[in-house]
Amino acid sequence: MNKFVWPLVGFVVLVVLLAVGLNLNPRDVPSPLVGKPAPTFNLGKLNPPDQSFAPKDLQGKVWLLNVWASWCVSCRQEHPVLVEFSKKVKMPLVGLNYKEVRGDTSFDVTRMKPEQEQSLARERAGQWLARHGDPYTFSVLDLDGRVGIDYGVYGVPETYVIDKSGVIRMKHTGPITPEVLEQKLLPLIAQLNKA
Amino acid sequence: MKHLLSVICLVIASQFATAGEAQPLADDPVAEKRVQALSEELRCLVCQNQTIADSHAELATDLKREIRTMIQAGKSDKEIIDFMVARYGDFVLYKPPVKATTWLLWGGPALFMLIGLIALVRYLRRRAGSLQADDAPLSEAETRRAAELLKNDAPR
Repeated sequence: MNKFVWPLVGFVVLVVLLAVGLNLNPRDVPSPLVGKPAPTFNLGKLNPPDQSFAPKDLQGKVWLLNVWASWCVSCRQEHPVLVEFSKKVKMPLVGLNYKEVRGDTSFDVTRMKPEQEQSLARERAGQWLARHGDPYTFSVLDLDGRVGIDYGVYGVPETYVIDKSGVIRMKHTGPITPEVLEQKLLPLIAQLNKA
Repeated sequence: MKHLLSVICLVIASQFATAGEAQPLADDPVAEKRVQALSEELRCLVCQNQTIADSHAELATDLKREIRTMIQAGKSDKEIIDFMVARYGDFVLYKPPVKATTWLLWGGPALFMLIGLIALVRYLRRRAGSLQADDAPLSEAETRRAAELLKNDAPR
């Protein structure tokens, strides 16, 4: 009898470890940026095209930065949630349009002039928002993905919650589902707005 | 035949594909070697079991470009690694640092070795004990036979 106890214990431990390990989300990498000031940038807005935006413009407000692109499939999935959100909650929701042209492998940017890439990005992003609805207060264009690197973007869509003093309080990688919105985002936003 | 033709087409096409990836530092082999060495230490976050040197994912290409730019700007290897860690966390390092959160990762193999050794020692002790129990004193007949065998062996 005793002979079987230890192998059994070992087996149960293994099963538990595998069960935990296989249920972890490997894409959920903790961001070192949470708790740090949002990296600064200065990017042109999609609309109006002659304006630009820097994070310090929203100092004193709780706001969201949502990384999206028209080629991003999961962004389509997330989009209706954002559209609903923007109707219900009045707060700045900034879209960071990430590598609109370069991210789409059907384009070869090395053969494109910067102005060409710029106008193609505006056209594509604008059309996408016209078709699926525009939840954003405004969007900015990160054509080469440099700002994305500063924010540690590795899988679009990603969403950052930034507090009144410009500190990143949360990062969500992947599409925002209604559950994530209800259980994580909205409570945090409410709490930050009170502070 | 059709297959062969398509393979040839692919091979030719792939030549053009790599030609498109500009290698701005190709004329500087030392710097290019540093880019290579650094990108072998960094994990590609999109395809997590590859280094960014191995990966052809968009992000890996972007990060390699970023490393090139930083080398051109005269940054040290440590500065470049710190730049990556500040953005993507320790996870970006293929060789994680020894910290409170990673001691099990680093100490795990030693721990398992220790458990194995303890089990081995205990097993050997128990085995030696049971062998001793078998060593009952020889009977008179057995002693005589043993002595005879030994005597026969002696001249050799």
